Amino acid sequence: MKARVTVTLKSGVLDPQGKAIEGALRSLGVDGVASVRQGKVFDIELEGGDPKKAEALLNQAADKLLANTVIENYRVEVIG
Amino acid sequence: MKAAVLVFPGINRERDMARTLRLVSGQAPSMVWHAERKLPAGTDLVVVPGGFSYGDYLRCGAIAARSPIMDAVRAFAAKGGLVLGVCNGFQILCESGLLPGVLMRNENLRFICRDVFLKVERSDTPFTRGYNAGQVIRVPVAHGEGNYIADGETIARLEGEGRVIFRYSSPDGMIDPDWNHNGAINAIAGIANDRGNVLGMMPHPENHVEADIGSTDGRGLFAGLAKQLGAAA
Repeated sequence: MKARVTVTLKSGVLDPQGKAIEGALRSLGVDGVASVRQGKVFDIELEGGDPKKAEALLNQAADKLLANTVIENYRVEVIG
Repeated sequence: MKAAVLVFPGINRERDMARTLRLVSGQAPSMVWHAERKLPAGTDLVVVPGGFSYGDYLRCGAIAARSPIMDAVRAFAAKGGLVLGVCNGFQILCESGLLPGVLMRNENLRFICRDVFLKVERSDTPFTRGYNAGQVIRVPVAHGEGNYIADGETIARLEGEGRVIFRYSSPDGMIDPDWNHNGAINAIAGIANDRGNVLGMMPHPENHVEADIGSTDGRGLFAGLAKQLGAAA
């Protein structure tokens, strides 16, 4: 079973990398970008096929390691 | 003083730290591998050194903070044992929950490697008894992620409880954005936990302990610890 965990910075947390990317897009002439916030994506292959169990496991993985919940939010998706 | 220096894959400042501890206290520390589950018997100081544990993968200090040895460090700290984290060690202590907050990418996005000035806010801690409150020391930094941040409530508590121990300052002790090289909130360079027995700091006092290097301003921290722990400083 395939799953994805997306980790993003909480709103209000400064994101200097996002700001630098935003500036680079502007200097490349990519118009219409209001702001950029960067984050991380984890593509995870799971054993077993129970989506409920998978979700619990992914939440555990995110809480324990993948995200620092002081500054980051995460979202888990079981892709199937 | 019976110090233990933790060693994680990718750490590269552990020998500087061990050398300084030996030089200042007269006793060589034990080097403790991350996969150990126990600290050596009689350990009275745990030092988490700087470097790049696990290549800074995921987040700085994140993987090291989940190492087997860190459970022993948490138990040691819970009993009041002294824990010092420097640079990556500070990041590891934050990631492990021993200290609040997080160290973000430097505001200017650059890796900063140079001497900075620190104002010592308090001298009544086991880590700073070798200094006077308000004293300014010159020590080096070498980090890309030293921009300390925590939620407003945590910052208010740190400030209210006098747990900000070191701040980036001008050479004469002024707190000024021009001297806050990494953009840390309130120019925070080092903090203690609520009990005062765990200290994390970004700069490297262990690199300024010999006159040959040009400064001995870091020596006070280790001399103070040695005195606290009853070794000849």
